[in-house]
Parts: sequence; C-alpha cells; structure tokens
Amino acid sequence: MSFEPKIVGILCNWCSYTGADLAGTSRKKYAPNVRVVRVMCSGRVDPTFVLKAFAQGADGVLICGCHPGDCHYQDGNKKTARRLPLLKKMLAQFGIEDERVRLEWVSASEGDRFAGIVNEMTEQVRKLGPFNGNGGSDNG
Amino acid sequence: MEPKIGVYICHCGSNIAGIVDVAKVAEYARSLPNVAVARDYKYMCSDPGQNLIKEDIKTLGLNRVVVASCSPRMHEPTFRRACQDAGLNQYLFEMANIREHCSWVHVDHEKATEKAKALVSAAVRRVYYQEPLESKEVAVNPCTLVIGGGVAGIQAALEIANSGHKVYLLEKEASIGGHMAMFDKTFPTLDCAACILTPKMTSVGQNGNIELLAYSELVEISGYIGNFKAKIKKKSRYIDAVKCTGCGRCSELCPTSLPNEFDCGLGKRKAIYIPSPYAVPNKAVIDGKNCRHLKGLAQGKDICRLCQTGIEKKGLPGCEAGAIDFEQKDETVEIEIGNIIVATGFQQFEPTKIYQFGYGRYDNVFTGLEFERLTNASGPTDGKVVLKDGSSPRSVAILHCIGSRDTNYHKYCSRVCCMYSLKFAHLLREKLPEAKVYQLYIDMRCAGSGYEEFYERLQEEGVNFVRGKAAEITNIAEKPEETGKLIVMVEDTLVRRKRRLPVDMVIMSCALEPRADTEQMARILSLSRKADGFFLEKHPKLDPVATTTDGIYIVGCCQSPKDIPDTVAQASAAAARVLAIISKGTVEIEAAIASIDEEHCAGCKICIDMCPYKAISFDEEKKVSRINEALCKGCGTCVAACPSGAIKGRHFTTEEIMAEIEGVLA
Repeated sequence: MSFEPKIVGILCNWCSYTGADLAGTSRKKYAPNVRVVRVMCSGRVDPTFVLKAFAQGADGVLICGCHPGDCHYQDGNKKTARRLPLLKKMLAQFGIEDERVRLEWVSASEGDRFAGIVNEMTEQVRKLGPFNGNGGSDNG
Repeated sequence: MEPKIGVYICHCGSNIAGIVDVAKVAEYARSLPNVAVARDYKYMCSDPGQNLIKEDIKTLGLNRVVVASCSPRMHEPTFRRACQDAGLNQYLFEMANIREHCSWVHVDHEKATEKAKALVSAAVRRVYYQEPLESKEVAVNPCTLVIGGGVAGIQAALEIANSGHKVYLLEKEASIGGHMAMFDKTFPTLDCAACILTPKMTSVGQNGNIELLAYSELVEISGYIGNFKAKIKKKSRYIDAVKCTGCGRCSELCPTSLPNEFDCGLGKRKAIYIPSPYAVPNKAVIDGKNCRHLKGLAQGKDICRLCQTGIEKKGLPGCEAGAIDFEQKDETVEIEIGNIIVATGFQQFEPTKIYQFGYGRYDNVFTGLEFERLTNASGPTDGKVVLKDGSSPRSVAILHCIGSRDTNYHKYCSRVCCMYSLKFAHLLREKLPEAKVYQLYIDMRCAGSGYEEFYERLQEEGVNFVRGKAAEITNIAEKPEETGKLIVMVEDTLVRRKRRLPVDMVIMSCALEPRADTEQMARILSLSRKADGFFLEKHPKLDPVATTTDGIYIVGCCQSPKDIPDTVAQASAAAARVLAIISKGTVEIEAAIASIDEEHCAGCKICIDMCPYKAISFDEEKKVSRINEALCKGCGTCVAACPSGAIKGRHFTTEEIMAEIEGVLA
C-alpha cells in the first residue's frame, strides 16, 4: 500500500475554513489526507501547534488564512506570515523539511484553490515520505 | 465533574451516510475516553434529532456534546440552542465537520470513514477541555448608517426611517440618486426612471429621521454590532447649505464651463453647479479644483467671485442668500450607530480597454450610460438621439456583453445588459422609426417578471437580432455603402457567416463591475470580496444580505450585478434585518474572547501592539496588560504572541487546540 501522509490543516474561520466549506458544497474532490483544525484567525497559530503536530505523528502542516488585506481581524494573517520564517528556521534545525509546512492564503470564494492546494501538498509530502520524528524522512 | 460526552453522527440522508460508514464511526466514538453514548441518526438537525440530544443530556447526565454532521457555519447555532434548551451551557458543545470537509469531497468510502473518525476523535478530545462561558448582552444603538445614496441606499434608508428610527445616509457625490437617476426609462415597464425615483429622493430630503450626509466619505469604522462608531469626512461644498436656496443663479454667473459628470461628459456644467435637475439636497456645490477664485486663492490672488458679487454692469446680482463661503473647510464628524447597510453600487466597465471597438477613437461609439443621457429629456440633447454632428442616425448597432462574459475582462454575466439593450432598441424604434436597429448578442437572457414578454415585443417591433459577439468596429470602408459609416464586424452564428454591418451609431452595453474603491471600502468595513471583486455575502442562498461581520449588510450592485427590482427587494430585506435587531434591543456579544492571567503576565506589552482593536491596555500600577472585553473580538493573535502564556483565548485555548491536533492524528 502506498504511503498516505497525515497532514494537519489549521484554517482560519472566516476565509479559509469557509473556502474549504465551499469546496464541499461545490463537491470538489480532493485527497483525504488533510484534517482540519479551525481557529478564528490564522494569527492564532502558535508555532508550538506546528511542533505539536509533528510530535504527534503528522507528516505535514498546512496553515491557511485570508489573503493579505482581507483578514477579518485586519492583519492577523500578516502576523502569522511574519512568525513563519523564524519557525521554519527552527524546523530546519530539527531536520524537518521546508515543504512539510506550508502557509497559504485561501479566500472564502476559493474552494477550487483549497482543493488544489490540498492535492498538491499531499503529493509533495507523499514524495518526501513519512516524517519519523527523529529528524529527516524515513525513506531518506 | 468528570466529562461525560455524548457523540451524535448524522447521516444527512445519504449526503454523509452515502460515503462515510456512520455506524462504524459511532462504534469508534464509543471506544473513545469519556464517551458515555454515541449514536447515529438520519437527520440530527431535525426536531427528533435534536430531541435525541436533549433526552440524553437529561437522562444520562451528559455534560459535553459532540455532533458530527455539516459545517459549524451551518448548524452550530442549532445544536448550541438544543444544548442550552436541555440546560447545558452552549460552549460545552463541539462539532465535527464530516460533510463539507469529508463526505462531499472524497470518493473512497474507507478513507472517508477513517477521516471522519479522526475528525470525531478531535472533537471529542477538544470538548473534554471546553469550559462553560457566559455570553454578554449589550444594548443596541437604534441609529443606522446607510452607505450609498443610490436606489438601494434610498430604499433601505426610507424603510428604516419610516419605522421611526434614525438613519444617516452617506453619499459621496453632491446629490443622492446614483445611477438610476441617470437612466431614461426602466425595463420592461418603460416607467420613466426619474418619475419613480425622484419622489423617493424627495422623501429622503423631507424625512425627519434621515440625516443626509451628502458629499461625504467614510473614513473609519470601529466597534461591533449594536455599537459601531463611524468617522465621516464631510467634503467642503464651499456653500452654506442652510442658506443656499438652490436657485441656480450662481451657475449662470460662473464663467468656467466643464464636462458634466451627470451627463457622462456629453453636456456641460459650471464650476459652481447643482448636480442634476432633481438633486437632493438641491444645493449648489463648488468644484474646488476648477473654480477660478479658489485656483486664484491658491496662488494668493483674489479673482473672479462672479457668483458672489454678480455682474453690476449688466444688473445681475450675485448670490442673494449669501450662501457662498470660499473659506469653508472639510470637516470630520463622528457618529454612533448600531448597524450598517452598505449600498455602494457599481461602476460601468470602461470600454477604452478594448481597443478594437474604438470607443474614444470614433465619435459615434457610445456606452450604455451615455445613451441613457442622450435619450433622456433632461439630458444634453433634450432627449433627441443625435450623432456628434447633430444629425439623426439612420442605423444603430447595440453590442451586448462588452466586458462581461469575456475571459479577458469579467467572466460573469452582468444580468441587466440584455434587458437594457432591448429597452434602448425600443426607445430607438419609437424615436427614430426610420432607423435600422441591430442587436448583437451571444445569448438573450431575459429572466424576470415580464422580461421574456418584452423580448418578444421587441422582435415584433422590427429590431434585427444578430446572434454573434461583435469582433471589431472599423471606419475603413470596403464597399461604397460603407463610406462614412462605422462598420461592425460580426460572425452571425445563426447563418454561419461573417457580416459587416455599416451603421451610424454604436451603443456598447457595458458590464457592471465593482467600483474602483471596493477594495478600500472592504478594508474599512472588514468585508470579504468574491473572486469577481464584489462584496461577499454571508451565504449565497440563505443569507444574501448579511456579511461575515455581524451588523453589516450589503445590498444592491455592490454584492453582484442586479436589476432595480432585485436591488429594491434586497434593500428592504436588509432594512428588515436591521429593524429586527433594533426591535430586540440587545445583541449577544461573543464570549469566546481573550483574558489575561495577571499572575503570569510579565508586563512585556507585546500583546498591546499585536491587538488590531486596541483592546489591550497597560495597568501601570500592577504592571500587567488588561483586555477590554467589549472591544476584544477573539481573534487570538495576542494569545499566540504572549511569550509567558499568560493570555487565554477562551473557547480556543491552547489546551483545546492541542487536544484537537492530537485527535486528528489519532
């Protein structure tokens, strides 16, 4: 059986979660590998959430927020975008590949885009192989 | 008390159960810690479904509830209410979205069932940590702000004002009326637009409950449903509106002539002018950029002032009311309101972008809006349809879908263009019975009360319908009969051949598009926009006037292109929504907000800069941060930023989210 990555999706309530809902109401088919956790704003994404996900066996983390300028809370998404580079630096030191964490902007009208991102990331992480938690991939 | 959790898996008919093995999910749920009962049921949102929860709470003593069904954006309020009815605090309820995020988007039954289990496990683990919260009720300010004075804003303002509540009607132009005031007739009844709109405009001016803020712009919005504050810039008219009688003498005296915006630049106005014959307020305004006196003042010269002083030699007095005030400055006012209705309308697609149609290069290519003015009795030609040289056209082509249904510009259909094109054809047949009229269409879209009948009537009136989108307009004649004409090139898809139609006049039925300032407005009001640029409604079918921001409604063409009846219906709907809130008198304020644990707060002040609502202040005495609960909206940005973990995001606590992450990976 091929490797099925487990990806945690952390989605903001206003744009991205609604966008994912729209993918549902428009019956867009996409890979079942992303499991969504809802937060009110992507600005709520504490970097430790990402670490927690990897510690619990996730193979990837997808964070989605409103497009810059569209944040329901004015600019929470920008704060997340600013926190991410530092987090990625730290993840690199743990041996977690850059492609395992993605930050994307998905608006409430972009169901198609959400489905596309999920498919793309699933394939990307599938190629990387499972994350073994001790730095680097199992198959690397 | 140890959590005792009830889990309910909804079949949603076959919507969920068709893909997800709901019995298996329920069985799995039973194996999770602290789960006292897990059931699957056909429709959880139905009365029997809700009663199932209520009964279990009472008989089994459940103190936590999880429903796995649709999106929480759909039925969270339903189930929260059910819990509350059974005496359980609504925040002890959690939802797992196994429809929109699972059964509707996956095809593999097994994988979808596995995912549904993970989502249920996440909700169960999360709900374990959830705490009861109390929502606060705050009083609603009964005043309403309506932004935009077109037919949508006018309708909404009148509905609310007539119920006895105060309305501020904000209009950025010097007069209300919007696009509708520029139209000649309205389809399909051919009512004169002014005849049906001006009485409403006048009512706005006379209604004691409406404070008209014309020639004003929205600067800033703060607050929340029931208690908004708006900062509004009243632009200087250089006229004392109280003294001005609207007599128009100043315009006669003014020596500066400029293109008249109300006539799409086809006619002239003066630098001091009354915007239209039916302006409300009927007051003059000075165009500060073009007034000779004001331009002179900027260079330190005191010139002109003819509107003020008159021309003595000719015995013409200036403004006798003494209303002209060159010293007047812009003014910023702040108002308090409980609800906001956004009715900012649309703008017409600018056809110069499509070079091959020659708009702006050829004299007799007009936009739809220009034709409205040309055929309007109050327009620049007193309603005579004439070419730029003053002669009457003997042939006219009306081109549909300019800028809409066009992947290069706007993909969407603007919905009204087929109908207003038919109206133009009718007016042309009526005014110029000898003229040939062509309609160049892709599809005729005439859905609406009396619309198809109007289309049939036009076919009988002798209009030539050519099925095909115009490709190009040229003035290069290939045959003698084309000399001096505009030649419209089109592929007639019904007879399957290319045609060259020589005509005297071309009217382009241009798309309705989002106004250029839509992005700015969206930012001020924290509204979302759709892919096409129009404002996003809360739900496209079930909540088409509300937005994701409580207390802010969208009506008319700022939401999507629509005709006048739909606009008016939507405006009345929004007014009804606002009145419902006003009549209730209070609104519930979200309890899921942040709170600071003073023991742990290090006083670093990082959170203060993070907060987008200035809800956090610093207590200098205790050296800790404090959150103003009325201002906090619960975004959680401060929670994520607090280095000492002293801020708790209620209902989205770190514990709860961590448990949920564990759950989805279980």
